[in-house]
This record gives sequence, structure tokens and C-alpha cells, in this order.
Amino acid sequence: MTGQQSKQVKQLDRVIIRFAGDSGDGMQLTGDRFTSESAVFGNDLMTLPNFPAEIRAPQGTIPGVSSFQVHFADHDILTAGDAPDVLVAMNPAALKANLADLPKGAIIIVDTHDFTTRNLTKAGYDANPLDALGDAGSALGEFAVHAVDLTGMTVEAVKEFGLSRKDAARAKNMFALGLLSWMYGRPTESTTAFLTKRFARVPDIRDANITAFKAGWNFGETTESFAVSYEIKPAPQQPGTYRNISGNLALAYGLVAAGVQSGLPVFLGTYPITPASDILHELSKHKSFGVTTFQAEDEIAGVGAAIGASFAGSLGVTSTSGPGVALKSEAIGLAVMTELPLLVVNVQRGGPSTGLPTKTEQADLLQAMFGRNGEAPVPIVAPQSPGDCFAAAVEAARIAVTYRTPVFLLSDGYLANGSEPWAIPDVADLPVIEPRFATEHNHTKTAPDGTVSTEFWPYLRDEETLARPWAVPGTAGLENRIGGLEKGEGHGNISYDPANHDLMVRTRQAKIDRIAESIPPLQVDDPSGAAKVCVLGWGSTYGPIGAAARRVRKAGFNVAQVHLRHLNPFPKDLGEILRRYDKVLVPEMNLGQLSMLIRARYLVDAVGYNQVNGMPIKAAQLAEAVGALVADAEGTPVDLTADLTPATTAQEVSE
Amino acid sequence: MSTEQLPFPGLRSGVEDVPTNEDAQTAKEYTSDQEVRWCPGCGDYAVLKAVQGFLPQLGLRRENIVFVSGIGCSSRFPYYLDTYGMHSIHGRAPSIATGIATAREDLSVWVVTGDGDALSIGGNHLIHALRRNVNMTILLFNNRIYGLTKGQYSPTSEAGKITKSTPMGSVDHPFNPVSLALGAEASFVARTIDSDRKHLTSVLSAAAAHRGTSLVEIYQNCPIFNDGAFDAIKNNDTKADAIIPLTHGEPITFSAGTKGLIRDSQTGGVKIVETADVDADALLVHDALNPDPSQAFAISRLTEMGYLNQTPIGIFRQVSRPTYDDQARAQVASASEAAPGTPTERLAGLIGSGDTWTVV
Repeated sequence: MTGQQSKQVKQLDRVIIRFAGDSGDGMQLTGDRFTSESAVFGNDLMTLPNFPAEIRAPQGTIPGVSSFQVHFADHDILTAGDAPDVLVAMNPAALKANLADLPKGAIIIVDTHDFTTRNLTKAGYDANPLDALGDAGSALGEFAVHAVDLTGMTVEAVKEFGLSRKDAARAKNMFALGLLSWMYGRPTESTTAFLTKRFARVPDIRDANITAFKAGWNFGETTESFAVSYEIKPAPQQPGTYRNISGNLALAYGLVAAGVQSGLPVFLGTYPITPASDILHELSKHKSFGVTTFQAEDEIAGVGAAIGASFAGSLGVTSTSGPGVALKSEAIGLAVMTELPLLVVNVQRGGPSTGLPTKTEQADLLQAMFGRNGEAPVPIVAPQSPGDCFAAAVEAARIAVTYRTPVFLLSDGYLANGSEPWAIPDVADLPVIEPRFATEHNHTKTAPDGTVSTEFWPYLRDEETLARPWAVPGTAGLENRIGGLEKGEGHGNISYDPANHDLMVRTRQAKIDRIAESIPPLQVDDPSGAAKVCVLGWGSTYGPIGAAARRVRKAGFNVAQVHLRHLNPFPKDLGEILRRYDKVLVPEMNLGQLSMLIRARYLVDAVGYNQVNGMPIKAAQLAEAVGALVADAEGTPVDLTADLTPATTAQEVSE
Repeated sequence: MSTEQLPFPGLRSGVEDVPTNEDAQTAKEYTSDQEVRWCPGCGDYAVLKAVQGFLPQLGLRRENIVFVSGIGCSSRFPYYLDTYGMHSIHGRAPSIATGIATAREDLSVWVVTGDGDALSIGGNHLIHALRRNVNMTILLFNNRIYGLTKGQYSPTSEAGKITKSTPMGSVDHPFNPVSLALGAEASFVARTIDSDRKHLTSVLSAAAAHRGTSLVEIYQNCPIFNDGAFDAIKNNDTKADAIIPLTHGEPITFSAGTKGLIRDSQTGGVKIVETADVDADALLVHDALNPDPSQAFAISRLTEMGYLNQTPIGIFRQVSRPTYDDQARAQVASASEAAPGTPTERLAGLIGSGDTWTVV
């Protein structure tokens, strides 16, 4: 079907499409397929799924709207985009819920079939907005609206398969996908192959979906409603092999890789929770790598079993979201005290309490940092993009195993469900993690009678890392007891000695601080070297911050960007870098948690840019905030609408 | 959702995969260098001595034995044994032991817990360990009081008990740990007494040999906060009337054979009768191997839940069913064996799977 278009083809450098419909309309699948087609085509892309916590929210209502946004381009992009250029709305609620996000001139494709009085009422429309198309003052007057009976045409196209009307209508998402695939010249083979495999056991459903998909394509090709199609050329990419990957999948692969690279069996003890459950689902498929997945009775048992497995010589992992971390806190403290390797994966969601299960947030940083009784430092690692979840997981495992400590891996809902092209790493380039199990006595003692003998001290530390020996049961001669009570330095027996406790508290902190010695210097993105403002971020704000910085630079101003993978300990050079700049802006999806840490640690007057609406930060809005700070620092007005860079530079502007 | 027929591993000992020791071992070898710090007269001393004396008989390599405990007086137990051990956090020992037992088939895993640790804060983990049937032995020290926190009532304290936190008497209804374990479909459930070393050791031996979760409730006297709670079953002049001994395959009688159990056709449970009043073949014969836990449960209900004037003692239930850890390991093993290539090659294959494209 590709390459046979007979209509006018218009070149675009990037497009943002949002597919929106009822929770049961298959919008996530539709978006996912469009994304795969775009990835195979070679565009750079980022995605933003957005769906309600309810599996089937009340049909036809605004709370029941599920959407999938995909941003694809002929150049390197960093976010899923602020405002959609195209909205596909499968019902009135989907139209109403998303209309406010559209810029003037956006294309809207609506399925007229569901614009019934009943559905309009459910969505809160007094009158059908499609009826007023073309009238002065129409709510849709600023947009290019294509009102099409997608459902009706789908039912008509698949009638040869003898499905019930309901089943036939369910293929409407594939009709919409076919239409959009035509509009943007997407290759269709992967979707046809996908549908063939997915519905292999139900041939009539398979054929109906494939037929609907083709019918959608052909409709675009033949109808006069769509006069143009668009071409977005592949983006130049570094040589390598790529695939599209979501954050949770990359994170699960990273855990498998950590097992292979350490030679340790991975043991995941966990309890299902949105948006982390996909990590459990994925890892449960990889038993061939020696991965054991234990779905526990609760969050506490999940981490407990992981700690037990680590004690027994596995790489213990527990995966959860914020509410689960709250329940696991005491056990994480036990892992701090017993100094056992443990990965705690927190896929952050909106909080507090149950909060917003399917929305994203970065508000668990201070929980990871301080959410335990006593002085209980835990290293924190954060991925910056969906694909980066892979490397971040391997790094978290490196720290956990090397330093015998629990480590937080702070992902979030946006990273977990969002996806991007990922350059598949060469396994030979992955770091090797050395468990270095204890095998022999490490301490010499002299009895009162002068007899010299050797023994094993479970808290005698490595001089370089301050890590204690990891003596695994089954190792003869190293039998020892560990636990949550304070340990005597070295021998590890229970000690209530005041001076020893003070020493041990400081030593545990020093061990975590020591990790900074193994962290590479920060990369400072300051192309001009003349910036007075530095934007400091962590986690999934990497994309919006990078896109905002590009906008500011495009308008002729200077700004630096620094992004943290390690939140605890901070890289050694962070303080010195921050002091080079007059202003430090810290954008976060919380009320200023990294800002608080930075201000406390470095006495730097960091300024927060904070948004806690469950959605990723929008680059355009952030750019304005950066611009304002640049204006303040430089003492000149900043107008971001100016474009001072040569037109030939394929830098992303409007992201 | 469909179900998979899982292979049944067959009857195996609880310590079958644990390396054995050729040389004779002594209790001293199992004694750590740490000073034991329970109150004088505490029942925990007797249990510790019994365990230190029993472990050499097991004949396992000492380094392949792991004791895990929670929080409470009895949970200090691992510090006093020269094996691998972890004194963990309140109530969570069964979950930690589940991780250990699942990760390693070559370890003999023991949990030491108390009535507060196992039945109150850790009740959830206990019932789920029992239902999963993870290969471990749980020693539940039941002194029917909170000792370490200095004398509040526990989930096994009798209703009406006056304690520091219940000056007008406790209004909590107590758990019967054996009934609870049987309700959770535990595959091995026994009750014994701290001061009866011979019985305690015989129960430990059966529990260790059992493959799956063995729950052993040990009545243990707290001389400080609940002294005398078990006097009726300990005093020579009362214990014959108070203890209903359970021996598999034998009629259940007590009080020097003058009392026995029969089925109660009205309630579906069991009841106590004068043996003289019934035919000998009407007496209930104890069947610990019965796959149906109903009779064991009915017997467990004869436990006096107020002051302990009467209680069945012995192995209530000892049945074989697949263990969680054996099956989890079997799935990992079969998947690993079926996979071609080295782990590194397979990792490259995994991360390079799906729709890929190459830029040159």
C-alpha cells in the first residue's frame, strides 16, 4: 500500500498526533501500532499514553477517555510534544476532553457515529458541535475538522465476515489507524503482521481488523475529504540497530542484563501496582535467565523475600510505586542495616496516598532520600528517558552489589508507559558487575594464652568501598548472624555501645558518600560556554528541559543544562558546576524536592519550576520560565519568538 | 485465563537437597559465642537447648542451615546458634525465609517467631507461607503475652486477661494457632511444650523431615509476664487430664485412658466422652495423614481458649503436597535448560528482539 499515493504530498518536519476515545476503544493499541510503524520508518519519536485508572470507566464520559499521543519527526526530538497537530476523537467525550490542548489550525478527525444525543449529553454537550461547523462562532471554527462516520464505514467494510454489529464496530480503531497511516505515509506491513499474529486463533476477527485497516487507508486515498497527505522523512540517527521501547520494558531488560553481567540469579519479590506491574509481567517471561519472580501477598512480603534472596546470594529486586515504598520502608531499613544488595524500583505516580495511579509525578524523591527511621542513607538512581531505563537499572545494580546496599531506582509513569527509539547496546559494552562473595576468614585473633587463630567478621569493610563482605549461606566457616539491631564495627555482633553506634551511623553514611568516587563527571550542556543560567533536572524532565533549552538557544540566548542520573550521592562536581552560574532553575514534577536538596547541600539559591498535574512538563511553558530567568540574569529582555539561527539548521524549535 | 497442570515432585524429605555432614556433630558446635540474654527461667532456654541438641542429629552441614527470626524475645534465637542467621523485622521472617528457601534448594530454613510476631503483626505472612507450602520449619513460641514490650496481651491471650494495656480485662478474642494454620491448609501442623524435651525433639525431627511449611506451636512459659500460663499441662498431678496426646494411628484417649474422643454427629466435630461409656471402636483414631483437614481442625477446637486446662498436643496434620519453592525452581530450571546459547548470547537476542531497524 505504501508509496502509491496519487494526491498532493506535503513535507513536514514533525507531527504530533493524539488518538483519543473511550477506554474500551483500543486507543492505546492504535497509538502503539502507529508508533511502531513510525519507528520502523525511521522517524525519531516519543509517546505519551494517558488513560484512566479504571479498566472500563463509565462509557462515553469524560473520565473514561483514554488517549495516546505520538510525536514523530525527521530530526532528534526530546518530548512527546506539547500540543497535538492532529486529534483523532472517537466520541464526543474524547473531543471535549482534548479540545483545549489543540492549537489553532489543528486537524480534528471525529467519528460521527458516536455523536448521538445520548453520548453528547454524557460528554456535557448541549448541542452537537459538528452541526455548527462552518457557522460563525463555532467551537470548532478554528480547526480543520473532518467529520467521518468511521464506525459505519468499518461495519460496512467488514460485513463479509459475518460478525455481530458490535464486533464489527470494534475494528473502527484499525480503520482510524489505516486512515492516519495513509495521511502520514506510514509503512503498513508491521501492523498487518501484528494483527495476523494477535488474532491468529480467531480468523474472522483477524480478517476484519486487517480489512478495516486497509479500508481506512483506501478511504484516505480515494475520498475528497483529505486532499493532501504528508511526508515526514526519517530522522538521521547514529549508526546502530534500533527498536522502539517503553520504559518499563527497558527497565525489565536492564534487570535481566544486571543478572547476566553479575552472574547472579535475579529474584524479583513484588506485589502488583500501577504503573509498575509490567516489570513483573515482563520478568516472569525470562526464567530462562535464572530470573525468579515471586508475586507476594503484599508489598512488605515482596521486599522481604527479595532481601532473603539477596542474603542467599541472589540479586534481590522489588518493584513498586510510591504507596508500596511506604509499606516497604522498614524492610529497606533492614537492608541498610544488614548491608545487603537490594534494588527498589519505584515507578512514581501521582500521590499522596492512592493519588493518581495512572499519572506521572516525581514527588517520591524525598521519600527515597529520607523515608526511613534513623540515619538510613540509600543511593538513588534515576533514568531520564524510556530507553535509558535499561542503563539506569544496570547502574543501580552495580551500586547495590558493589557497595552491599539497597538502591532506589526512581522511574515514573511517563517513562514507564512512554516509548522512544532505543539504540540497542552491544552486550560486550555493558559493565561487568563483580559480586566478590566472601570465601574465607578475614580476621586474625589472638587468645589470652597467645594462640593465634582466624575467624570471619561480617562487618570488616573493604578499604576502598567500605562495603562489608557478602558471605552466602553454604560457605563453610563463615557462618554469621546479621539483623536489624546495631552491629559492632567489624565483628558484627549486637552492640549497644554509644561510641560504636555513632561510628556505625557515620560509617554507613560514609559508605554511601563513597559511591560518588565511582560516578563519572557530569556532562554540562552549555554550547556557548557563556550561559549565566543553568537548568538542573533529574528523571523524566530531561526531554522537556532539553526541548526548552533548544527554544531559548534558537532565539539567540544562552542556557546550560545539567541532568542528574545520581540523586544520592550527588556527583562530586555538582556543587562546583552549579556555582559557575548566576541562576539555577530546577524544573520538577513536584513542589521542589531536588531544589530543597540542592539548596541545603550547596547553599545555591536554586529556583524551582514546579508542576504537579500528573502530566509531563510542557517544553514551551518551561522555555518561557527559562527565558524569564535568562532575562533576569542577563539584564536584557528575552523574546523567544525570535529565530536567530540559520534556517538550514535542523534544530527542533517548536517542540 | 487457563491453567497449567504442574508436575508433582513426589514424596521427598524436607532436607533432601541439603548437603550432609559425614562427621558426628555436637551441640557445642551449634552454640555461638554470644551470651544468651533471656530472663532466668524463660522457656526459651529449654527450646534453645533442645534445638542445639537436635541439629547435630539432623546430620546436615552446619553452613547450610539458616535461622530467620522476627522481633520479640524468642527472635533473639538465631544469635545463639552457630549457623547462618538473620534477626529481621517484626512479623516478616516468613517472607524473608520464603526468599531464602526459594532461591536455594540446598539450605535447611528455619523461622523462629512468637505469638505476637507470627499472629499479630506478621499474621498475613504466616498464612501465606502456609498456603504456599514453602519448604521451611516455623517454630512459633507461644507464651500468650508480649514479653519484650513488657507485658501487654497478645493475640493468643485469653479474653478478660488483665495486662498493662488491659486493666479492665482484654476484650480481644484470641487465635488458636493450630486452627489458624489448618485453616490456611498448612501441610504440617504440630503443638508441643517447651519443657518436654523428648516430645519437642520428636516433633522437630518430623517437622524437619517434612517437605513444605511445618508449623510447630511451642507452648512456652514467660516467668515474668505470664508465669504459670501452662501449669495445668506441666504439673504432674494435672497434666494427664489436661493433655490430649495425638499419635498417628492410635485411638485418642487421655486421663489415663478414662477419656477419649468420638465423632459428634450433631456438630460434625469431635467431643470428649468417658471411654467406659462407648465401644472401643467408636473412639476416634488419629489420622495425621488424612488429606482432609476437617478432623484435625475439629480436634484443634478442643484447645481451652481461656486458662489452659485442656489441649491436644502432638502432630495434628502431616500431608504431602507440592511446595512453592520446588515448583518455582522447576519452572526456572526447565526454562533455562530449554534455552540455547550462553546467557550473554541470549541477552543480546532478548534486547534485540521485536521490530528493529539498522542505521548504517
